[in-house]
Amino acid sequence: MTTTRLRAAAAAAALSLGLGAGFGAAPAAAQEKTEFRVAWSIYVGWMPWGYLEDSGIMDTWAEKYGIDVEIVQINDYVESINQYTAGAFDGVSATNMDALSIPAGSGVDTTALIVGDYSNGNDAIIRKGEGGLEDLAGKPVHLVELSVSHYLLARALDSVGLSERDLDGVVNTSDADMIAAYQTDDVQAVVTWNPLVSAILEQPGATKLYDSSDIPGEIIDIMWVNTETLAANPDFGKALAGAWYEVMGLMAAGDEEALTAMAEASGTDLAGYQAQLASTEMFHDPADAVAFTSDPALPETMVAVAAFLFDKGILGEGAPSADFVGVAYPDGSVTGDPNNVRLRYDTTYMQMAADGAL
Amino acid sequence: MRLINRKPGRTLAVFLALVPFVALVVAYTVASEMRLAANPSDRLLPSLATLGETAARLFTEGDRRTGEILLWNDTWVSLARLGAGVAIAAATGLLAGLAVGLLPHARAALGTFVAVVSMIPPLAILPILFIVFGLGETSKVALIVLGITPVLIRDMSQRVLDIPRELVVKAETLGASSLVIALRVALPQVMPRLVQSVRLSLGPAWLFLIAAEAIASEAGLGYRIFLVRRYLAMDVILTYVAWITLLAFLIDWALRALSRRLYPWAGGTL
Repeated sequence: MTTTRLRAAAAAAALSLGLGAGFGAAPAAAQEKTEFRVAWSIYVGWMPWGYLEDSGIMDTWAEKYGIDVEIVQINDYVESINQYTAGAFDGVSATNMDALSIPAGSGVDTTALIVGDYSNGNDAIIRKGEGGLEDLAGKPVHLVELSVSHYLLARALDSVGLSERDLDGVVNTSDADMIAAYQTDDVQAVVTWNPLVSAILEQPGATKLYDSSDIPGEIIDIMWVNTETLAANPDFGKALAGAWYEVMGLMAAGDEEALTAMAEASGTDLAGYQAQLASTEMFHDPADAVAFTSDPALPETMVAVAAFLFDKGILGEGAPSADFVGVAYPDGSVTGDPNNVRLRYDTTYMQMAADGAL
Repeated sequence: MRLINRKPGRTLAVFLALVPFVALVVAYTVASEMRLAANPSDRLLPSLATLGETAARLFTEGDRRTGEILLWNDTWVSLARLGAGVAIAAATGLLAGLAVGLLPHARAALGTFVAVVSMIPPLAILPILFIVFGLGETSKVALIVLGITPVLIRDMSQRVLDIPRELVVKAETLGASSLVIALRVALPQVMPRLVQSVRLSLGPAWLFLIAAEAIASEAGLGYRIFLVRRYLAMDVILTYVAWITLLAFLIDWALRALSRRLYPWAGGTL
């Protein structure tokens, strides 16, 4: 019996060490390396990531810098950010709000490598029938809670002097089921994003009450990378920026082949994709992205976003105030806690692209 | 002695039962410490101490805005949905199972249909459920019912068919009507089996409950898990997971105890 017990204990120890090493794999260590993985998910402004992987443009740029970059599409947006935060990826496409709440809020120092676009109508509040924002009072609103939709709703209600308390609650509804949900009688108003917005607006009687073009530049779509990885491997940043702006050049020139490929990958056709692009302010020219990122309006947006996240309890229990996480800007200024900077806006690589230095 | 005949003593059995749990906790602690050493703000694998604090907070402290304790509220809401769904499914399963098992006409009409319907993945037809049942409580209960009823019906009808033919013939010679045979011969035989089937269906039932709550709701255990996943609050998620596991275990244990007390003739089961 003693031997059995010993053996069992040894097996248990071996098992636990094995498991520990397996799912405890430490976050990507900051060291020089040549293989990188970047995650992205389907969204109008991020379709170029899929195209530059499929077309081989990414490989061309990666080879130029002697590295290997794999661009992986993740079907679940939040899961892609969670995976990045857990250390499975070196970069991820996400909005300014989700980057602040998930990786930065979890202590993963994250840098905005490429500020790709901002939503200029892609996110919208839609109701059934006629009426204005004021009429939302006393009604339930269906949306993906704690997402940019929730932020848009908060900003919209604020603009007419209402708050979430005046509603008959918000109902968390999966984006995958938003269109089906809209068709039920229970739903009177939804907040969602494209391509769902265009699909819902096609239904008779749907009225758009408010959209992200009313708060331009506040919902920003960005390629984020791990700050330490980028610092140790500047070539990684250069390859990504080089490939991205080559595709941006194609898009700006209206290259039909590239645009059609992106349209098909997002499940629509060229016309449908171009309609979505019309409500997306893409920064085709890196100089525009640099100018946007250096604008003093950005810190104001980030402070408002941090306040929203704190109000909803999204910054976590360890967050004593909305200023808990520091955000650094290109001019060196910081909002939030300067001793806990976890989110950085850096124009270095976009500037290199603008200067043709890649 | 052959390995299949060597049985552990009482102490060793308890020890062996504990080993996997201890191994899991040790593995978790090791992994958690590795990650926290690299990044003290890591949220993926919070330390056991953090988990304890979070659990204490979730069970005792009210919400900032409403003052009600979210975890208890979520629990009642979810248990009500689960209870309603499982109760409806069990009643339907029993009645339809008796009918299919005893009545050749019912068997001809329903047997194949139930076998086919049980193959439909309920999650794949969610949009239809929404349009038919709305987005409220009904559709969540309906998802659980649709998910587990076909299996219960099939199991119940098979149990009825398994009743030795001699028993039924004997009841017939004693002059029992179809109804009496259903109530006095078949029912006592299949009731313990119903409890057992329901116990096995509880796993899928929880799965359907959480899936339903992830799609559209304002409260519930599944709702909270999917909501806080948006900011990777694993401390909250893991507390909820442990709580769900405990609830499921207790329900399972209670059903087993109930079955033993009500149907002692069925003998002991797992």
